[in-house]
Amino acid sequence: MREQSHARGSGGVLVMENRLRVLRAERNWSQGDLAERLEVSRQSVNAIETGKYDPSLPLAFRIAELFGLAIEDVFVSPSRAN
Amino acid sequence: MPWTPAAKRYNVRLILLTLLYGVFLTSAVYGFKHHLVGGALAWIVAILPALPLIGVFAAMGRYLVEEQDEYVRMLLVRQMLWAMGFALSCATVWGFLEGFDLIRHIDGYWIVAAWYFGQGIGACVNRVTLGARVACS
Repeated sequence: MREQSHARGSGGVLVMENRLRVLRAERNWSQGDLAERLEVSRQSVNAIETGKYDPSLPLAFRIAELFGLAIEDVFVSPSRAN
Repeated sequence: MPWTPAAKRYNVRLILLTLLYGVFLTSAVYGFKHHLVGGALAWIVAILPALPLIGVFAAMGRYLVEEQDEYVRMLLVRQMLWAMGFALSCATVWGFLEGFDLIRHIDGYWIVAAWYFGQGIGACVNRVTLGARVACS
């Protein structure tokens, strides 16, 4: 089943997979560094990275733009995840 | 604990309102105990302690509006939903028990205490399910 490949957040809600941790590690940024650049709390970055929280579309765009990537290069579309 | 600028402002407001509540409540209790108030003034003095508590609700609403961190905002909303559910459940159960004369009457403002307690439950749920804490927990 397709849904089984998706990460599950709090309460069993499906959340998007993402490459945030990898992208951050490539730049040698800590969660705090990324949080500062995004102007959010470190807790937010951790929640997104660990699949506990899906960012809003504006924040997802900010993240993608920060890494100079398209949004689908950072976040995996739930309909395309396998 | 993410002490965002909005969270700091909320805490300042909360401290001021708590102090105001203490002053108003002490004054009201003293005034009624010593029969210093009566008539229309009694109504005003009796309502005074409620105003800072209402202010706390307004401050929480303002915090939700001012908080720029969307994840923290989500945590707050979850916490408030738990508080609301807990307080309303307590009021409902208590109401029926009291209606059937199984327990004594309590003053309505205790629902606020239940709501605050519910905030604590919500904070614990956030902590357990998401490992997260917010400034007003």
